[in-house]
Amino acid sequence: MALQLRRKTHESVIYIDRDSAPRIMPSGEDFILEDLPIGTRVLYPNPPLKGLPNREAAIRYALNHPHGCDPLFAQLEPGMKVTIAVDDISLPLPPMATPDIRQTILEIVLDMLAGHGVDDVHIIIANSLHRKMTPWEMKRMVGARIYDEFYPDRYYNHDAEWSDGMIKIGETRHKEPLNLNRRAAESDLLIYANINLVPMDGGHKSVAVGLCDYVSLRAHHEPQTIRDSDSYMDPARSELNNKCVRLGKLVDEHVNVFHIETAINNRMYKGDMDFLLKNEDDFTAFDRMKFEAMRYAMSKLPRQARRKLLHSRPAQYEMTACHAGKTDPVHEKIIAKGFEQYAIPVRGQCDILITGIPDISPYNVYSILNPLLVQVMALGYHFNFYRNKPLLKKGGVLIVQHPCYDEFDHNFHPSYIEFFNRLLPETRDSFVLREKYEQEFANNPSYVEMYRRGNAYHGAHPFFMWYWGENGRQHVGKVIVAGAENAHVPAMLGWERADNLTEAIAMARSYMGNSAEITMLHQPMIGIADME
Amino acid sequence: MALIYTDFFHYPKWVEYGILTTVPLARQVLANTDLYKNSVPDLGGSVAAAAFYDLEGTLVSTNLVHTLAFYAKNQPGLLSSLRKSTRTLLSLPVFAATDQYSRKVFNDLFFKSYKGQTEDRMRFFAKELFETILKPAIFPGAYELIEKARSLGLRQVVVTGALDLSVKPLVDHLGITDYVANHLEFVNGVATGRLLPPVLAAATKASWIRQFAEREGINLSDSYAYSDSMSDLPMLSVVGHPAAVNPDMRLRQAALHHDWPILNLK
Repeated sequence: MALQLRRKTHESVIYIDRDSAPRIMPSGEDFILEDLPIGTRVLYPNPPLKGLPNREAAIRYALNHPHGCDPLFAQLEPGMKVTIAVDDISLPLPPMATPDIRQTILEIVLDMLAGHGVDDVHIIIANSLHRKMTPWEMKRMVGARIYDEFYPDRYYNHDAEWSDGMIKIGETRHKEPLNLNRRAAESDLLIYANINLVPMDGGHKSVAVGLCDYVSLRAHHEPQTIRDSDSYMDPARSELNNKCVRLGKLVDEHVNVFHIETAINNRMYKGDMDFLLKNEDDFTAFDRMKFEAMRYAMSKLPRQARRKLLHSRPAQYEMTACHAGKTDPVHEKIIAKGFEQYAIPVRGQCDILITGIPDISPYNVYSILNPLLVQVMALGYHFNFYRNKPLLKKGGVLIVQHPCYDEFDHNFHPSYIEFFNRLLPETRDSFVLREKYEQEFANNPSYVEMYRRGNAYHGAHPFFMWYWGENGRQHVGKVIVAGAENAHVPAMLGWERADNLTEAIAMARSYMGNSAEITMLHQPMIGIADME
Repeated sequence: MALIYTDFFHYPKWVEYGILTTVPLARQVLANTDLYKNSVPDLGGSVAAAAFYDLEGTLVSTNLVHTLAFYAKNQPGLLSSLRKSTRTLLSLPVFAATDQYSRKVFNDLFFKSYKGQTEDRMRFFAKELFETILKPAIFPGAYELIEKARSLGLRQVVVTGALDLSVKPLVDHLGITDYVANHLEFVNGVATGRLLPPVLAAATKASWIRQFAEREGINLSDSYAYSDSMSDLPMLSVVGHPAAVNPDMRLRQAALHHDWPILNLK
């Protein structure tokens, strides 16, 4: 089996041998070099697909050749009420270099609307229960021209706690309630502009989740749904996706939605940091120099400065596809394009899965990757990056490389702090947490007010983050944190700790056996292990 | 009332705790009035938790000085108004300095400025004070915060060091029935410049909350408290869900240290 596994099967699948170079691993804001055991399989992100040479033209073409409905211009009438909803700052990651794709879409759509006498236009950020974006972030996302014209009266964040701003749409046949943003739901036309970074994004989730309230979200952001999703990065086997589709059908019965979806490649870094996406065996002297220079510079900076530096590096994503029209056919095409970029054919599960956690997640843009977010990146996102079956065998060991510092952002994640310090010592059972505490946090007036008037994630959001790791938690036998700078954070999360990766691998082997198959996800990567 | 007096308003105990330095002159007045009974109505029912709010700086942007300045401006006679207003203006640095030092010292000094003002005049202008000064100063988020807390069935209680005369119309406007405030001492209808004890500030607010909770069957662990000032740290510390609202620098640091939510209602 081992020999069969070690045959080179794909350009993104590398096996460590006697002559292999050490691998670069992210560990929070740091990047470390680690020698991996011989035979370790390393999954790299696929090479970036070529971006579309003229994205404005691609967007215009999509608007004029939609799937399942009339072209956008044919749906416009003077005096009609139009709302444009856009994804929030959680997409893409890190925030992309300007102009953002959303800016390009908006410029084209707004020109078209103005040309057809449509003046009643609002732009709503579909942040759901995520934090509201700051004015600076909003300006960066859509450009100064649109911002100056629309902000703040006609360009704003969705407010899931504004009861007058929400409207009840109805229930699915499974009794899942749906309340939506009133302005969006009562518009003659709702245009949704999406960026699809991972297969979980887009589709019916955009409107039914992005513009809903806590009551609606509670029906599907819950532990059983996550347990039943295998994985939630695989729409065909995701119960979360099934529920979103049911809600989406309900949306389509009441709201005229014109969906614009875009796929992007995975060119996260370019230029001075592009070596992070390369196989270390293929490093040039210049690549090694860049890495050493970065490592030296970072080692001289305090953690906050390192964090700020990393967050100031915009991603160099390029648009690879754009489709518009009815949600289902559009999403189907974008998902197919996404898998073209992300799917890495992998044969055979592993006993030990290693992943470094970089300081990149949808929930800590310009902020701290706190312990709960480390948990969601490890057991949620990284574990779930598979199709067909998990990369890690049932009962296997997940090794996470991260300092696990006990730091939280008081402005963005206030309810996370209470969740971590008050609830986790009592129980880590998702079902108990949901039944006993979720609504208390969701209704805490302080958290509601910080969500509404500040930039805080909703009071219930840390629960969703915990549930997000539920299928990973049920699947793995043990999680070991390598490089954890303290003992209490791993203990609170129910994990073991090791001083470094070598020690973590030794601990994992003592559990899984010396012949355990080891696989490492070469982070930062956006890729789906397409299991045979 | 007698029970409350012996247990909570027993001044020697406050002297012993260092909260008061002397037994106030007006203790007999307090013992025979129903001021506090009115401010803590017995609603009955089975409310399990409450939300306690400081007022000035927390729900409204004004502070005690705004009220003083308003009354100084509305003296009988132009010269008197001018004289009082000037004195208030000149006193501002002293007020600021003493407030940093001790809220008790500040109160002793600050409320002396009301000496000589007549009660009927102050009551007469209370409505105008509310309409022109206090109502426009209510933070937009205050309505939402109160509404959310009310929807949870939390009993709404304002605990403030401001004067009862100015607080009443404000809490009525906010739909809050339970409140406790400071009371000026009047002799023959004229303010003496002293407050009727116990003076609500710092630790006395926390003590009042404990008493109130015990009397009304409120679980403080499930209760909330909101304040903007470091002087209200005791009040915030007695409940299970404290929050700093538009906090000053010292309270912000304390809130960060204790991992309390920090709200901005502006």
